[in-house]
Amino acid sequence: MLDSVQTITMKRKINGRVEELQVYPMARLLDVLREKLGLTGTKEGCGEGECGACAVMVNGELVNSCLIPIAQVGGSEITTIEGVATDDQLHAVQEAFIKFGGAQCGACTPGMVLAAVDLLQRVPNPSEEQIRAGLAGNLCRCTGYMKIFEAVVQTCNGKL
Amino acid sequence: MKDVVGDSVPRKEGRDKVTGQAIFVDDFVLPGMMYGVTIRSPVARGRLGKISFGGDIPWEQFTVVKAADIPGENYVALIFNDQPFLADKVVNHAEEPILLLAHPDKYLLEEARRHVRIDVEPLAPLFSLEDSLHRKEIIWGKDNIFKSYRLEKGNIDDVWQRAAAIVEGEYTTGAQEQLYIEPNGMIALAGKEEGVTVWGSMQCPYYVHRALMTLFGLPEDKVRVIQLETGGGFGGKEEYPSMIAGHAALLAWKSGKPVKIIYDRAEDMVATTKRHPSVTRHRTAIDKEGRLLGMEVDFTIDGGAYATLSSVVLSRGTIHATGPYFCPNVRVSSRAVATNFPPHGAFRGFGAPQSIFALERHMDKVARAVNLSSEEFRRRNFIGEGETTATCQTIKEKVDLNHLMERAFELSGYYDKRKAFADRNKESQLKKGIGFSVFMHGAGFTGSGERYLKSVVAVEATEDGRVRVLTSSIEMGQGTKTVLSQIAAQALGLPYESVDVAGADTAAVPNSGPTVASRTCMVVGKLVESAAIGLTQTLVGCGLLKSEYTPAEFQQACRTYLEKFGPLKSVSQYQPPPEIYWNDDSFSGDAYGTYAWAVYVAEVTVDMVTFQTRVDDFVAVQEVGKVIHPTLAMGQIEGGVAQGIGYALYEDVVWREGRMANSQMTNYIMPTAADVPPIRVYFEEVPYRYGPFGAKGLGELPIDGPAPAIVNAIESATGASINHVPLTPEILMKALEESREKTEPRA
Repeated sequence: MLDSVQTITMKRKINGRVEELQVYPMARLLDVLREKLGLTGTKEGCGEGECGACAVMVNGELVNSCLIPIAQVGGSEITTIEGVATDDQLHAVQEAFIKFGGAQCGACTPGMVLAAVDLLQRVPNPSEEQIRAGLAGNLCRCTGYMKIFEAVVQTCNGKL
Repeated sequence: MKDVVGDSVPRKEGRDKVTGQAIFVDDFVLPGMMYGVTIRSPVARGRLGKISFGGDIPWEQFTVVKAADIPGENYVALIFNDQPFLADKVVNHAEEPILLLAHPDKYLLEEARRHVRIDVEPLAPLFSLEDSLHRKEIIWGKDNIFKSYRLEKGNIDDVWQRAAAIVEGEYTTGAQEQLYIEPNGMIALAGKEEGVTVWGSMQCPYYVHRALMTLFGLPEDKVRVIQLETGGGFGGKEEYPSMIAGHAALLAWKSGKPVKIIYDRAEDMVATTKRHPSVTRHRTAIDKEGRLLGMEVDFTIDGGAYATLSSVVLSRGTIHATGPYFCPNVRVSSRAVATNFPPHGAFRGFGAPQSIFALERHMDKVARAVNLSSEEFRRRNFIGEGETTATCQTIKEKVDLNHLMERAFELSGYYDKRKAFADRNKESQLKKGIGFSVFMHGAGFTGSGERYLKSVVAVEATEDGRVRVLTSSIEMGQGTKTVLSQIAAQALGLPYESVDVAGADTAAVPNSGPTVASRTCMVVGKLVESAAIGLTQTLVGCGLLKSEYTPAEFQQACRTYLEKFGPLKSVSQYQPPPEIYWNDDSFSGDAYGTYAWAVYVAEVTVDMVTFQTRVDDFVAVQEVGKVIHPTLAMGQIEGGVAQGIGYALYEDVVWREGRMANSQMTNYIMPTAADVPPIRVYFEEVPYRYGPFGAKGLGELPIDGPAPAIVNAIESATGASINHVPLTPEILMKALEESREKTEPRA
């Protein structure tokens, strides 16, 4: 039974703040973020690492938080969608998503924004092929991806 | 002031969506909330026996709801009222809801779910249209038929002897999953005193409202439905949310605690609705000039186990079955039949993608049979202003399909590519092809639908000098809040920023109808425009405002009115445009107020080793009336085309004993960023006189065209004449190997 499972105390740096958590070691990072920390911007789309709606950054690397047991990210620095904008200042990628129609229903958007931020950190001026490859782990059912590609391109061009 | 309509203003809820602040149902928590799950039928058809609760589970902590606990009527109020909230004596499809459980610990709840055993004595199920039509078993009504239509124009029986050619064909389409990224979910609060309140992901708050009133036997004011941010719908959140809302509310009613039900992806895919599979047969008579003399169409859709919306899906599919062509003699016979699959339901396009796939494949076949090019044969038969459709509707708008087609050909390089591909395909394993489709989509409810709905919208002025639109038409990605704000702002001469759209809460907004049928911008938008104008008229009538005014004067006049007279609200109700009339009995007349018209061109590469098809380029040219918001409108078309590419090539629902076997995103394949071609979208704008600022509906249009355009392109690349979607590599391989065996018989 679940209540026989021991919880553990862990420290994580999440969106720049150190959080001490009492968690089950096998709890999914996704559930810890959403339920323990109230960071509900990270979405569950499929629960099996296919859709990318739950994408977050762990130590600067894009991962699907539905596949990560919390015990696996000990001492890590985690960035969720809530940590992408600073105070009132949206990230350039977020501005571009609004301006160029990259967000429709908003369910894939947090993961997609993180994937785009991650891509531009790795490849500042990606080719079309690199954009497609960089975002291929994030499914979007609304946009057909065209406006998302455009948002990424326009972010690089600084046309905001 | 710059026009607001026609400008790509920032979407109203854009900031909340890109920062993760938008609240979807699974993000919403009530104090003391429990979680609910649904126990479902393990078989497709059978008699319910004993239910046992096993395992080492503290069952006394659980709230358990069975059919016998339902306080009101045990059916989801919709059209035929045949679908129970909880199966009672029999089950009619796999995964049909039977029992509900709630508990505060969702992990324990999941454990408990696995320990409920339901004995079902199996009955013979129907898993094919043929078996259903042959009444191998009677599973619904007297004859397994939910609804049938017969559409007649001219005299089809006379044409066959006169015809220069007669061409027949059969075309089939599979089911398709909507696959919105946010799965379905609801939260409910319920009690005898306060009534029932639900929050959730939905397209039609008033459908849910009515279903809950019936389920609980409660009056209107004791049921409240609040839409939360909805992560995609595509029709998949049209009717099924009523079921989930009912389940959450039943658990809340019995337990006295708030209850949240969130489907995981697998449950959403196995249990909720999909696009209706279909079979269409065409028999077409052509005269010696290559003109259509007669079209006989037989169209059957698989409705699944309950009627849900099948009758309405069928009527749209029936009316679109003869497409944008003029033909003097037509008969379309159609029917929606019962099987023991989970009910098929609303999905973008609503019957039209199925019948248009059949038609636009068939038109290529007919063209070949009469030795005309695909474009020339269509050109000779395009419908034009003053001509009548299959329902005898006279087209009263300027429509120039030949111009749309030539523009699409120019943009796609159609003629040159057709020739170049034919040359280079001879010596390549990668065969290239280009194909197209021509089609239309009726905007708004079919036939008398809008007359019966009598939608209402209100526009009010608020104390801080802002204007607020009150409507039950919801935002689910398509941009409802943005577009309706633009229309109100333009009608009032105010900046876009000073208009808000109220949340869809049945306690606060009037019933502007469901968010479906490409009706939000065109029909509801027109009501917003009228109601907004009513606001100005009131202010002018009271002497608070001159007929010419600045935004500041308008706002001051609103404030003065509110101080002197109280709330300032203007209400507008749907009035059918004059000269539009539909006859329900004869199934004829003006099926839709207007149509959007389109020509789509697809360029493909087929790998003759793997039999995979890749779409390399896609040109979508359409006439949609005035485009209110170019970026949003393009986004609708691009998203619809991508979904149509999935329908054409990838999205194969695999059924095993009436249950979806590939209910995961890992094995139900939708297009990714790496799969989609450049989708190039072009609009032509012929204003529709009864749409707001000339707008027509466009949300469903783009799902109609891709499948036939792509399959036509595959035929041009490979010579394989396949009349089924999804056209998976397996099907293509089989077809090409069979045709190879025919032409090169083995020694």
